[in-house]
Amino acid sequence: MGFNITSEIIEGVAKLTLSGSLDSSSASMMQTEIQKVATQAPIALVLYVSELEFMASAGLRMLIFAKQKLGTAVQIYIVQPQGQIVDTLQMTGIIHSVHIVDNYPA
Amino acid sequence: MLPFGATMVPNGVNFSVYSSASTSCALVLFERGEDEPFAEIPFPEEFRIGNVYCMIVFDLDFERLEYGYRMDGPYDSANGYRFDKTKILSDPYAKAIGGRDTWMAPPNWDNIYPFRSRLVFEDFDWEEDRPLQIPIEDLIIYEMHVRSFTMHPSSGAKYKGTFAGIREKIPYLKELGVNCVELMPIYEFDEWEHSKLHPDTGEQLVNYWGYSTLNFFSPKAGYAASGKFGMQVDELKTLIKHLHEHDIEVFLDVVFNHTAEGDHRGPTISFKGIDNKTYYMLTPEGYYFNFSGTGNTLNCNNPVVRNMVLDCLRYWAAEYHIDGFRFDLAAILGRAPDGSPLNNPPLLESLAFDPVLANCKLIAEAWDAGGLYQVGNFPAYGRWAEWNGKYRDHLRKYLKGEPGLVGDLAQAIQGSPWLYPTRGTTAGVNFITCHDGFTLYDLFAYNQKHNDANGENGNDGGNDNESWNCGCEGETDDAAINALRQRQIKNALTLILVSQGVPMIYMGDEMGRTQHGNNNTYCHDNELNWLNWDLLEKNAGLFAYAKHMIAFRKAHPALRNRDHFTYTDPQQTGYADITFHGVKPFECDYSSGSRVFAWMLNGNYAKNGTTTDDYIYIATNMYHEGVTLELPVLPQGRSWYVSANTGIGSGECCFATGTEPLVTNIQQFMLGPYSAIVLLGR
Repeated sequence: MGFNITSEIIEGVAKLTLSGSLDSSSASMMQTEIQKVATQAPIALVLYVSELEFMASAGLRMLIFAKQKLGTAVQIYIVQPQGQIVDTLQMTGIIHSVHIVDNYPA
Repeated sequence: MLPFGATMVPNGVNFSVYSSASTSCALVLFERGEDEPFAEIPFPEEFRIGNVYCMIVFDLDFERLEYGYRMDGPYDSANGYRFDKTKILSDPYAKAIGGRDTWMAPPNWDNIYPFRSRLVFEDFDWEEDRPLQIPIEDLIIYEMHVRSFTMHPSSGAKYKGTFAGIREKIPYLKELGVNCVELMPIYEFDEWEHSKLHPDTGEQLVNYWGYSTLNFFSPKAGYAASGKFGMQVDELKTLIKHLHEHDIEVFLDVVFNHTAEGDHRGPTISFKGIDNKTYYMLTPEGYYFNFSGTGNTLNCNNPVVRNMVLDCLRYWAAEYHIDGFRFDLAAILGRAPDGSPLNNPPLLESLAFDPVLANCKLIAEAWDAGGLYQVGNFPAYGRWAEWNGKYRDHLRKYLKGEPGLVGDLAQAIQGSPWLYPTRGTTAGVNFITCHDGFTLYDLFAYNQKHNDANGENGNDGGNDNESWNCGCEGETDDAAINALRQRQIKNALTLILVSQGVPMIYMGDEMGRTQHGNNNTYCHDNELNWLNWDLLEKNAGLFAYAKHMIAFRKAHPALRNRDHFTYTDPQQTGYADITFHGVKPFECDYSSGSRVFAWMLNGNYAKNGTTTDDYIYIATNMYHEGVTLELPVLPQGRSWYVSANTGIGSGECCFATGTEPLVTNIQQFMLGPYSAIVLLGR
């Protein structure tokens, strides 16, 4: 299972679209994209993850990295995550640091 | 070279391990879950500095890596050497251990390296969190087992039996009112250790409580819903962060007295193969001293081991924001390598004065299985508190109506000044029940232990329970007996929560949890240990009473002095800070036949006179008949009000602030048999 990520910034909102499996072998790709959008000081980070099938610990690390890199004022939205992803976020409590939404903007 | 363990460095990992007597060492690397290693790298001789092997390996997958060590050296057990290069050894400083990722998942018994060292990321987002630093005299400790708390189907938790499950139950802890949870061991252990089938029932018995450490730095993966994904560190840290957000401190019950490697017949997992003579206390013949009762004894006052313990506790304090530690069988930590008790134990002193641990509470279980009993004289260095075992014993005896206990009770409720004359009230953690022994319900439902389910022919568990079944052994339909049991539980909760010192309640006692007379449920992954939340409804009155008394303690600083009473009245209020009473005011009966004891706290001396409070009068009657009390006369303008009266047969026996009934006749206050009252003078 591979991993793909694309990013864009629209009206100050950083939008990343992820698919496949986010694990230790692919986390660096996401880190690169976060670093890239961070240079433009986005007002929010939106992760479109409906096609993301698996997130390992390294994926969680990227959420933490994003929060620390962008600052606590920048809200992180996770759009349409699959059940396994939500479960992982719930178990580890990271869910309290992000917003799970069906659409962005809601 | 330092720190010990595996440390991430740019593009690589620094591996560092101590061994004084090995002749060589190799680093063994596995892809996570694979049977065979993908690399084995001998430490070049020039990479050994002193007794430390150290090297950096680049281009490793931090998340997928599992590592261990292979040590070569003499196998000469008579002289304490047990090197075995056929074994792959866990790193004593590993921050996570793989192999028991899911609770009770059947292991691969042929695994050449069953307990695998792993790396963890230290990037958790703590936000503004820090240890709460609640003054110890203000704590109300709730001892709990991670799995037992939410594993029962009635818990309603989504993530049963896990750290995440506890997080779901934080609203309950808030409702109860406790402000500290003490987690029974959460260091990685093997639930399969000494597992067996019950010889009669065939039931699977396991190492359930976990007082047998595999690794001191690693949280138990099987306690994490996310353990199977290797995210137990995040899950535990999130739990601690959320408990802190709700003003609840987190203590860990830590087991440094022994390890899971057992005696000479036990497995070689880590310490035995890395440096047996350093890590364990050995007899002159090379066998293991067994002051822990479990096969071996960690050599805590060896400087290397001492530093490991210090490093470990600093790690938990710094990286997990732990607020305090309770040390299992802590008397062992004061023994010399030859087993003799030390006058000035270096480890205990180091812990007391360690700068990183300066704000952590340190609590000793001040005895061990080798007969060293130090309650009252544990080397405290002005820092250590103790589980007050004498408080437990005296209160149990008093509550069941034994004669000659009034003097001991008077000491206990004051914070045991004879036991801790210079250490103040907070030297003692007051408890009547804990994980060892009967639950509070069983204390008043069983005269003898009933440990058949443990499969040890009744040879396990203590016989000195000081319990009383109230007239019938075990469950009964007799309403009078059941009412007496409920009353006795309330009496016990009352005494714990109005005593000076640090109160501790065992999980479920607030709702009448039973272990059906089993006083040693260490091996049961079933309803003997799991908290049945349906009891909240069945024993709603009991739960309401526990909440009331906890709230009462928190509302009244007069119950939370740090220093002992002076028995004087420097403010000339008319009464000393504490006065003692019997059926008549100021006439306490300390004779051997007495079973009535009352005391009054002068609110002008609350918190040793640093704040003010109401007057508080508590009376207890452990006669089988009621007594008529004459209450002390309060200063002008004050009257007595009933906050709690366990002797009220049915209905409400405790009253919220502002609703307390006025005592209309202080000359004749009827106190029922086996009852306690708490009055407020305002």
